[in-house]
Amino acid sequence: MVSWDPRIEEMPKEDLQRLQYRLLKTLVYRLYSFSEFYHERMKAQGVHPDDITQLSDVRNLPFMFKSDLREHYPDWLFTAPQEELVRYHVSSGTTGKPTVVGYTQRDIDNWTTSLARGLTSCGLGRGDVIQVSYGYGLFTGGLGLHYGAERIGATVIPASVGNTERQIELMQDLRATAIACTPSYLLHMGEVAEKMGVSIKKDTSLRSAILGAEPWSEEMRTRIQEWLGVRAYDIYGTSELYGPLFCECSEQTGIHMWGDLALAEIIDPSTGEPLEPGERGELTVTMLQKEALPMVRFRIGDITQIDDAVCLCGRTHPRIKRIQGRVDDMLIIRGINVFPSQVEHALMGIQEVGSHFQIVVDRKSELDTMLIRVEVSPEAFSDRINDLMKIRNTVAQRLKGSLNVAVDVELVEPGSLPRFEGKAKRVIDRRKI
Amino acid sequence: METDQYVIKQISIFSENRPGRLAAIAQAMEEEKVNIFAFSIAEADQFGVVRALVNHTEKAHKKLTSMGFIVSFTDVIAVRMRDEPGGLYAIAKVLGEAQINIDYAYAYSGRDAAVLILRVNNVKDAITTLLEHGVTLIENSFFR
Repeated sequence: MVSWDPRIEEMPKEDLQRLQYRLLKTLVYRLYSFSEFYHERMKAQGVHPDDITQLSDVRNLPFMFKSDLREHYPDWLFTAPQEELVRYHVSSGTTGKPTVVGYTQRDIDNWTTSLARGLTSCGLGRGDVIQVSYGYGLFTGGLGLHYGAERIGATVIPASVGNTERQIELMQDLRATAIACTPSYLLHMGEVAEKMGVSIKKDTSLRSAILGAEPWSEEMRTRIQEWLGVRAYDIYGTSELYGPLFCECSEQTGIHMWGDLALAEIIDPSTGEPLEPGERGELTVTMLQKEALPMVRFRIGDITQIDDAVCLCGRTHPRIKRIQGRVDDMLIIRGINVFPSQVEHALMGIQEVGSHFQIVVDRKSELDTMLIRVEVSPEAFSDRINDLMKIRNTVAQRLKGSLNVAVDVELVEPGSLPRFEGKAKRVIDRRKI
Repeated sequence: METDQYVIKQISIFSENRPGRLAAIAQAMEEEKVNIFAFSIAEADQFGVVRALVNHTEKAHKKLTSMGFIVSFTDVIAVRMRDEPGGLYAIAKVLGEAQINIDYAYAYSGRDAAVLILRVNNVKDAITTLLEHGVTLIENSFFR
């Protein structure tokens, strides 16, 4: 195994936790002293830096939400003066007012180092040609990956997004060995390439894909790997945490969250209480070394689990599983948290039904009911009612297996469920509480 | 024994179990000038399957598919049945003794005799067996 910084990446867990505690303590003192926002928040919460005496005391610190950034637009939460900043990035603001993030030179260095470790861990380095097909500009994706790729000595093609045919020509002509983009854009590239008579698998040197910035699934990974002949790695980050930041290693068993940069917790989204190790819940991140725009217990809204076991690759830092949904989408059915994305994943493996679905939640005599409507695929249609009932039962069993809650399944005609461009609204909640 | 002429193409349509679906199918058939000889509806709780013997099966298939319905062809046989007590028994008995299972059946009263439409687990054996026992089958050319 090649590591960018083995001393940190393979640091014994106890040492790593000691380092995290030291960084947390320093951070809390700094914020309590120099940030009005954090000072007020901590006072309101009744916690003083002196109360933080071990790493797990992080749970006593107040949460921070995306809305805090919006409400303090543009830069009221910054803890570095403007002359210390070397860059701004601005989020698109599709879900509200845009948010501005700022970076000191040390922030950029930490961001770049984090990506250098991640890219190295999935086998990239000097000699590789990395096509960066994330947007360059105000979005963090393009420039973030760009600096990370340069840092490991790879050659960067700063392709940005769009002009897909040109991208495929460049990929061939400059012999790109890796691409960084969204999984949906890579699938789109694969389709455009085929129309051009180019097989990415056979006619290009591409062998790795660093995919993120949107949710995707294991099924998509399998499809991408088989169809395009690449190893596909999940990368995670948000602009508040610098940008794309953490990446899977060549084992592909979760995203290494560098503990010297970030302290990750999983909490129950409804109560805010920390969950047991391995449980699924909302990812909450404290950035331990951020200078310009600190983040303490930032609730990103993504649902995942933490695996704290030492990875097969030897790295000791905790791994998060693939993002399994958004807190905003979570349904509570008879006390069990259910995410529409779980339904989507379960359905993807069943050939007899299509990928469109609708969830109808209701409450009958004090009991929650969940009905999932799916379209029968024309290929699977049999005119025997028994065969159709079998399909329905298969779907119900599969869903029950992955959701841990019994569901009703209704087979509907193909094309009859609503289609969505952009964000899908697949849940109808009829419960009157 | 040549059995092909007795194999009849039935169209089967997947339909949600709600008001207006049959009307949509029937209206489409009218628009295409397709005549329905016989049909039945099998229902589960939220969906059903409409099965029909029509003339112009391809035209019906094309029209319904273009409307978004799932349509498939199923091989069935049509048996001429005495329209009097014991008519059905005579046929069912022959098939039962030959261990041929009837998946589903429906019937209509024709001009000069009743007609029983059968979907069986083994079409070829069913045709042979019925013919051997002197039962009259209707050829597929009748339904065009």
